[in-house]
Amino acid sequence: MDALAHPSAHAQPLLPGAVVRTATLDALRKLDPRLMVRNPVMFTVEVGSAFTTALFLHAVVTGRGDAPAGFILAVAAWLWFTVLFANFAEAVAEGRGKAQADTLRRARREVVATRLSAPSRDAPREDVPAARLRRGDVVWIEAGQIVPGDGEVVEGIASVDESAITGESAPVIRESGGDRSAVTGGTRVLSDWLVVRITAEPGQSFLDRMIGLVEGAKRQKTPNEIALDILLAALTLVFLLATATLLPFSVHAVRAAGAGAPVGLTVLVALLVCLIPTTIGALLSAIGIAGMDRMIRANVIATSGRAVEAAGDVDVLLLDKTGTITLGNRQAAAFLPADGVTERALADAAQLASLADETPEGRSIVVLAKERHGLRGRTLESGAVFVPFAAQTRMSGVDLGGRRVRKGAQDAIARFVAAEGGRVPDEVRLIAEGVARGGATPLVVAEGDRALGVVELKDVVKGGIKEKFAELRRMGIRTVMVTGDNALTAASIAAEAGVDEFLAEATPEMKLAHIRAWQAKGHLVAMTGDGTNDAPALAQADVAVAMHTGTQAAKEAGNMVDLDSNPTKLIQIVEIGKQLLMTRGALTTFSIANDVAKYFAIIPAAFGATYPVLGALDVMRLHSPASAILSAVIFNALVIVALIPLALRGIAYRPAPASTILARHALLYGVGGLALPFAGIKLIDLALAALRLV
Amino acid sequence: MTAAAYAEIAVFFAALTALAVPLGGFIARALAGEAPLVGRVLGPLERALYRVAGVDPAEEMSWRRYAASVLVFNAAGLLLLYALQRLQPALPLNPGRLAAVPGGVAINTAVSFVTNTDWQAYAGESTLSPLVQMAGLAVQNFLSAATGLAVLAALARGLGQRSKGALGSFWVDLTRGTLHVLLPLSMALALLLAGLGVVQSFGGEGRWPLREPARDASGRPVTEQVVPVGPVASQVAIKQLGTNGGGYYAANSAHPYENPTPLTNLAEALAILLVPAALCFTFGGWVGDRRQGWTVYAAMLAILVPLTIATVAAEQAGNPALAALGVDQRPGPLQAGGNMEGKEARLGPVDAGIWAAATTAASNGSVDAQHDSLTPLGGLWPMWLMQLGEIVFGGVGSGLYGMLLFVIVAVFVSGLMVGRTPEYLGKKIEAREIKLASVAILLPSAVVLGGTALACLVPAAAAAAGNPGPHGFSEILYAFSSTANNNGSAFGGLTADGPFWRRATNVAMLVGRYGVLVPVLAIAGGLARKRAAPPSAGTLPTHGPLFAGLLVATVLLVGALTFLPALALGPVVEHLQLHAR
Repeated sequence: MDALAHPSAHAQPLLPGAVVRTATLDALRKLDPRLMVRNPVMFTVEVGSAFTTALFLHAVVTGRGDAPAGFILAVAAWLWFTVLFANFAEAVAEGRGKAQADTLRRARREVVATRLSAPSRDAPREDVPAARLRRGDVVWIEAGQIVPGDGEVVEGIASVDESAITGESAPVIRESGGDRSAVTGGTRVLSDWLVVRITAEPGQSFLDRMIGLVEGAKRQKTPNEIALDILLAALTLVFLLATATLLPFSVHAVRAAGAGAPVGLTVLVALLVCLIPTTIGALLSAIGIAGMDRMIRANVIATSGRAVEAAGDVDVLLLDKTGTITLGNRQAAAFLPADGVTERALADAAQLASLADETPEGRSIVVLAKERHGLRGRTLESGAVFVPFAAQTRMSGVDLGGRRVRKGAQDAIARFVAAEGGRVPDEVRLIAEGVARGGATPLVVAEGDRALGVVELKDVVKGGIKEKFAELRRMGIRTVMVTGDNALTAASIAAEAGVDEFLAEATPEMKLAHIRAWQAKGHLVAMTGDGTNDAPALAQADVAVAMHTGTQAAKEAGNMVDLDSNPTKLIQIVEIGKQLLMTRGALTTFSIANDVAKYFAIIPAAFGATYPVLGALDVMRLHSPASAILSAVIFNALVIVALIPLALRGIAYRPAPASTILARHALLYGVGGLALPFAGIKLIDLALAALRLV
Repeated sequence: MTAAAYAEIAVFFAALTALAVPLGGFIARALAGEAPLVGRVLGPLERALYRVAGVDPAEEMSWRRYAASVLVFNAAGLLLLYALQRLQPALPLNPGRLAAVPGGVAINTAVSFVTNTDWQAYAGESTLSPLVQMAGLAVQNFLSAATGLAVLAALARGLGQRSKGALGSFWVDLTRGTLHVLLPLSMALALLLAGLGVVQSFGGEGRWPLREPARDASGRPVTEQVVPVGPVASQVAIKQLGTNGGGYYAANSAHPYENPTPLTNLAEALAILLVPAALCFTFGGWVGDRRQGWTVYAAMLAILVPLTIATVAAEQAGNPALAALGVDQRPGPLQAGGNMEGKEARLGPVDAGIWAAATTAASNGSVDAQHDSLTPLGGLWPMWLMQLGEIVFGGVGSGLYGMLLFVIVAVFVSGLMVGRTPEYLGKKIEAREIKLASVAILLPSAVVLGGTALACLVPAAAAAAGNPGPHGFSEILYAFSSTANNNGSAFGGLTADGPFWRRATNVAMLVGRYGVLVPVLAIAGGLARKRAAPPSAGTLPTHGPLFAGLLVATVLLVGALTFLPALALGPVVEHLQLHAR
């Protein structure tokens, strides 16, 4: 079991010591301007830091600086801190992923593969390093060996330990054909043997992609991130203009007023850095990495950040009924006896007929009889002959002494009873039809020529799922249940589970057509799938989550893989996507709203000497011009550090309609962002004055 | 501020809303060629025009073709207007035998009228003949406004549900905007104004005996005043309705022939805001959701009403320097009170304050008082209204399309906050839209700040300011704010006909117009190709008070953060100094 496997089991601290130590070093390494230039806002700050440092050196060397050397040094130092804090935020986010990548990398040991010259176990073999395997190569793997690369089983059946990837310790069966034919490089064959055709080129295997993703090394900016970057760059330009033009304005003002001196370059750089959206600029990439990280912690591997973003936009969820909405199988819900038969007698016969039935339905009948009527599961004396379910007879049961007990579909039992010389009474027929109309499955029980009654088998809707769907509806997300059941059954389950729509007797083609129809109306559709026949629908869906237990084809068609193979995960994925976008929006709003207070701190400080009346704008009553400017710069730097946990964790998410969420966030991050810096700058100013630092 | 002033402001905006709502519906139908009466009467003329010009009215243009048509058409208008001014002496209808307009001024004037700015570096009545005023300026007054209207219509089509990448035909939009919207409206207003006493004549000049004879510079006695007259009412109508603002007289609507009474003042002030206000409702109809139009209108009012009150309050409060001398500036039955410097006695500070706010909110630029003489705060708010980008009502068409750029930015940030990638009216707002909107919002601001900075550094430019100190700085800042946002009003006090100012304002006006217009069309083209997503409970609602509030906050925050330092060194310092004494 590794760090990736069950992160929730031992909740990691947000900032483990080791991560912080590496991140601190990384923050320095990231000062390289070639890396910084990717982030226009923080690159501007870095240029400003270098420039003020040069101004400081100039002041020290010539003795006639543009401000007292100590002041310039303080500003320069805090500007450098601003850049470092931003780098630190990014490094921490990456560091959390790196720890997981290291664990994964251990799985990618150098293994020697046995290559077959043809896709058959008898073909000639040769040993090659796994790294040299190309797509299309065929390999032989036997018990105890590591699977050398991603592939499709072409021959054989084996149990495979996939815990290195999924964290699930129970071994899984992999066999050729069907939906369990995909194997993943780095997993271990525990028993038997497999012939596998490799499906990934070296360096592009699932494991490689996962490592790349969690490390953030191959992280590309997502479309929305690019758009936000452009907006931030535009704002940076606006403020560059506003501050750069202040120099000529102040030259003009000094000439007009005949007092003071033109504003200093140090002050202008400080003002610029305070105004440009450094908070969001510093945290933007950390927010993105943390979003991917939250997916990974939910055991979902997204193939791109774009998919995570799209998850936030999804407004139609296609959910498979089985496993997502209902528990895996039908369960016995009631015994409905025929006239003259007690419920207990029916339960007894039904239990008897099910004792050897290992299907979940059969087991549930045994359990229900025990719960309702205290009938204990009996061990049957010898002489009992079990009649297993067969496709031809469509019933199962037991022969015990003279008793011939059967349970099965209505028509099958009717045939059995007729053969025994009896006939199923009309009232049993009516009960059975009533059960079917209610969306459940009737199972008729008979003993000899007598039909005893009906067992109602019901799909059991998962607890809490109805509330979950109501929540989704409030968020504007429609749920569509997809099932192979007939329309009657589907409608009844749909009503019970509270889904908005259902697709009954669904075939893969219908699924695909359904998705296209939604998309044509402008909706974004998410779905889960595992089988090869799901692949076209997965490829069409905007967010497609393939189950890790599924086929290679399904996994390639999807843009996310759920390692837990839990279809309910889709809901969590949507929430993570939304949370990512919200965090971005909230911090952008906060960052821009912050600027108002900084103007009120710096403008009076910068122009007080020329126009003393501007002191009226100093609403915070700051200690001195130098302290006002420093306090604003320090606040600006510290707020980045203070918000790192928020960026990594994402802002609190509660499902609600968009208008409610907007009102809450506008108040919290907009109005709050407007007010907070007034208090923050004043406090820093008081501290600086108390410590006699200014 | 007096209760009467509040009442006047309330009446003004109530009347505006009452007129704008039905007019909005009329414009929507008129641009489809379906306006009652007007459509029937002018339809044949319209179709004849298409035949003569060889225009296919059913053409669906791509944004590039639409933009190219706008640019070519405007360039041709510019050349024609330049030629008319230069050839003035050789052309008929020149009773004052006015000479050719000097080249530099002629270019400046041509740029100014084609860009819907109407910045005037000349005195109209003594420079331009009635022919040039009518066939040159008035024509551009119509066409520049119709151009804005057309571009807005294209953007609305891009935002609308009907996609396929097509934006309609510029020629059709331009023709219908002129023929079916602006022409009937200005005829109605011209008749109203003429009826209320505004001059309308080809008579040449009016002569009035002076009550107190004076002597001219060479000592000869002057006993009568000669005032040129001309087709003033018709010119004023389109000047107001088309957010143009270039007056027949240099004194603009402060001149008694352009604006004789408080009643004409009210009518003209309403006409300033009328079409831009109505377009909000037209837009709501176009995109199939009236609430969208009301929301934008409410956001505009939420900015303009407080700033109008602030302007009027500043003017009515008077001048503390005069108060110190014991001058009674209180309003009373015998005097309007307040700051009367630069104001017409028949109008007073309240009428002038409302006009100042309206004319700068809309990119009109006509004036009924001298803005240079407003109190520092009374001048600050109008200047800021222009710096916001002429989007609070703004120009005909251009105001609303400018505001929609801010809607895009507001939608982007607030859309993220609800956890979806942002969309407006179902269309995704992505990198391309943000890039183009940023360019369009940034360019005019860059010209205002950059131009002002340049003027501060160039001695000849700075010397053109009529006043020293912060007020001189305000004059420079105002000139660039006005031209780069295509407002055209002058603070006054600045000698703007020198080469620096002519060239600088030419650049400012062109960048301010086409630096916004072309990106807007590009956005329209991109949006038209996108499929509209249907709204759900998870979609950011772009109607209602919450979004209006966010839009207002976005506009004010961007405007304040960009211009606060500059404003602090101009009007704010002046205000503080005035009151510190």
